[in-house]
Amino acid sequence: MSGDHHSHGHSHASHAQHAPGFWRSYVFSVDHKVIGVQYAVTALVFLFIGYSLIMIMRWQLAYPGKEIPLLGELLSKQLYSGFQNLASGGVLLPEGYNALGAMHGTIMVFLGIVPLAVGGFGNYVMPLQIGAPDMAFPRLNMLSYWVFLPGGLIMLASFFLPGGAAQSGWTSYAPLAVINFGQTAWLVGMIFLITSSLLGSINFIVTIAHLRARGLSMYRLPFFVWAQLVTAFLLLLAFPPLEAAGILQLMDRVAGTSFFMPSGLVISGKAAEWTGGGSPLLWQHLFWFLAHPEVYVLILPAMGIVAEVIANNTRKPLWGYRSMVYAAVFLGFMSFIVWAHHMFMTGMSTKMSTFFQATTMIISIPSVIILTALVISLWGGSIRFNTPMLFATAFLPMFAIGGLTGLPLGLTTSDIHLHDTYYVIGHFHYVVAPGTIFAMFAGIYYWFPKVTGRKMSETLGKIHFWPTFICMNLIFFPMLIQGMGGLSRRTYDPQVYEAGQALAATLHKVITHSAYLMAAFQVPFIINFFRSIWAGEKVSQNPWHATTLEWAAPSPPPHGNFVGEPVVYRDPYVYSPVGRSDDYLPQFVGPEV
Amino acid sequence: MLASELLAQWMPINASRHGHQVDNLINVIHVFMAVLFVGWGIFFVYCLTRFRARPGRRANPELISAKGSKYAEIGVAVFEAVLLLGFSMPAWAAYKNDFPDKEKALQVRVVAQQFAWNFHYPGPDGVFGKTDYKYNDETSNPIGLDPSDPAGKDDVVSINNLYVEKDRPVILLLSSKDVIHCFWVPAMRVKQDVVPGMAIPIWFEPVETGEYDITCAQLCGNNHFKMAGRCHVVDRKGFEDWMKRQKLTVEPIDAEEDFRE
Repeated sequence: MSGDHHSHGHSHASHAQHAPGFWRSYVFSVDHKVIGVQYAVTALVFLFIGYSLIMIMRWQLAYPGKEIPLLGELLSKQLYSGFQNLASGGVLLPEGYNALGAMHGTIMVFLGIVPLAVGGFGNYVMPLQIGAPDMAFPRLNMLSYWVFLPGGLIMLASFFLPGGAAQSGWTSYAPLAVINFGQTAWLVGMIFLITSSLLGSINFIVTIAHLRARGLSMYRLPFFVWAQLVTAFLLLLAFPPLEAAGILQLMDRVAGTSFFMPSGLVISGKAAEWTGGGSPLLWQHLFWFLAHPEVYVLILPAMGIVAEVIANNTRKPLWGYRSMVYAAVFLGFMSFIVWAHHMFMTGMSTKMSTFFQATTMIISIPSVIILTALVISLWGGSIRFNTPMLFATAFLPMFAIGGLTGLPLGLTTSDIHLHDTYYVIGHFHYVVAPGTIFAMFAGIYYWFPKVTGRKMSETLGKIHFWPTFICMNLIFFPMLIQGMGGLSRRTYDPQVYEAGQALAATLHKVITHSAYLMAAFQVPFIINFFRSIWAGEKVSQNPWHATTLEWAAPSPPPHGNFVGEPVVYRDPYVYSPVGRSDDYLPQFVGPEV
Repeated sequence: MLASELLAQWMPINASRHGHQVDNLINVIHVFMAVLFVGWGIFFVYCLTRFRARPGRRANPELISAKGSKYAEIGVAVFEAVLLLGFSMPAWAAYKNDFPDKEKALQVRVVAQQFAWNFHYPGPDGVFGKTDYKYNDETSNPIGLDPSDPAGKDDVVSINNLYVEKDRPVILLLSSKDVIHCFWVPAMRVKQDVVPGMAIPIWFEPVETGEYDITCAQLCGNNHFKMAGRCHVVDRKGFEDWMKRQKLTVEPIDAEEDFRE
């Protein structure tokens, strides 16, 4: 390993001296690539767990009160006295339903997508794309993973603690969250996760600012790097308020403070023991001040990946690269002043809601610009439909549905009917599931050869893509219809209400079976993933004939990443240049070639 | 058959005076969304077929000057401004600020709790009795009516059943005993979070008699799903008959039994 080392200005001197042992290489590594893979694999496991939780919930929604097949008995086991089993007599309990719901949201957002998009792809790809030998602060990078992991394990362990896992939704609104079971572990876990994000974001910003290769000016950065940069600022500026709020809520729970507890509460017929004087809405403001920028933390890296894959597979430069960059930066700024559109129904004055619905309409414009630029990029291309490209192209209409369905939710008057219904669930899942997760799949298929030196199977990739695409729509489109019909979300037994009967009940069955079917079609992906690590087709250092810097490094890149110092000569996406026989001219190839 | 069922399911029946404004906006936005998505989708699919890789074909690196996209983006922005200024803001301002005349409207206090809706009517005197949480008793006095207040003697408390008169505006004053709930009557196109520590007024005017669901739209605990009420819209006579049938829910008690002792 030290043999590959070269005299690069930013190299880590200590690693030049000796090859690190197993623990330092693969477990407590400071190498951004190892940390990236650790993040990605952990996040994929959490995505799997998060999806499993929703599959249990979905049974109850389709067949309320019916015994859960296969798992019912296991979930009904009382492990010790005081243990909160999720089901009883094989039937999911309301508290079990609420616990699964809260943990599904928390796991998917904070333990699945963010760590995969930022910790995984950001960590692995970004330093390579800017020609850096590693992150600016490798030890901080390692620390961020090792603070993230305990946060995740605390979340999982909370299912086995007395009282069970958190049951107050991933939004944890006070006063419910303050008086409800399982919330303490959730808050402690969140404090770990937020701290980890903070450590990571500082590292990303400094790395992009200081470690770019010679010749790599800001406007020569691949769009993915821009997306990661804006994301890092969002993490840095939006997460601290929630960390503070989390600690305040923890104090309300364990130290008897009343930050979020108003006076005069009567809980289950007894006067509450809190002194009161606090505000439940304060929590919502602090929470959404984080959680709205969080939405863009979920979507920006996805747009970054899609842009890379589309440029590569249309074999032509991205259309409107600069407007995409400006749009991403503008999106970042705007994302800090739209948060209260999640709170239109809290009794907000017309002045406040006027401001927030106006900013919400404005923030849709940069998303429209990015999406339009990506679609126009297809024009005049020579489009290769390999698996990464299939997922990247599918991202576009899916994100379009997700974005469009945000409009009626962003206007107060239409939000009266749609707020807190299945329409909301359909809307944000279209953004995050067939949106972001498709982009994540595209990224996995696209960069797999860089990480392993081998390609994933195209056949299995296509068997994975098509059914997943169909199932995603069978899962989320019906939710828009259910929501329009007036079905309230977070309802353990939807058939209690008229809006949950008839068509809505049938649709719940369709959704549930599609969800199970989609799970089955992830098996080809899992097989493909593991099989390809050892038996995938061996490929060259630049199998996609791509132009950005990560393809200048060997596959897999050694410690220190590049053989010789990479130098950048041109814009990121010089594809099919006129007067050349091959259809790509990488950033790192000198003009004399 | 599915199509007609879908259309019937599109939105629940509207039984309120202002509801059509909400429905109009929702319909206009969805038409706009559909037009945008279909137009965009045609271009998208056309690109995918026309520019698919074929042997011997090379991509054109020229970036087209797409004036169309600029117009489309400006068009989207203009349309959003219209939705905002022309539809959403006026309707919302009326819904939030133009309350009906208090004298003519039916006034009801709504006290939410885990997991029920308490509807407090002022009774024939039109004055709500004082309430305080220290008088709260889950079985006999769920809203904590002060037994010493004469104004409360004729008050009526109805649990989970809200009776209102057709064509008479209703003003509800929402409060919660414990956690945040959300008062939603889909058929009336009203939805409002019920936040403990706050008293929030809302109003609507029912225009169709019938029985409609009252939904709690905010997760409020294990039995959140059971927090379902009914909104009964009846004519004037029906309302008076119902009111007569309601007996005093809070028996006057001796001062010595007061909590203050």
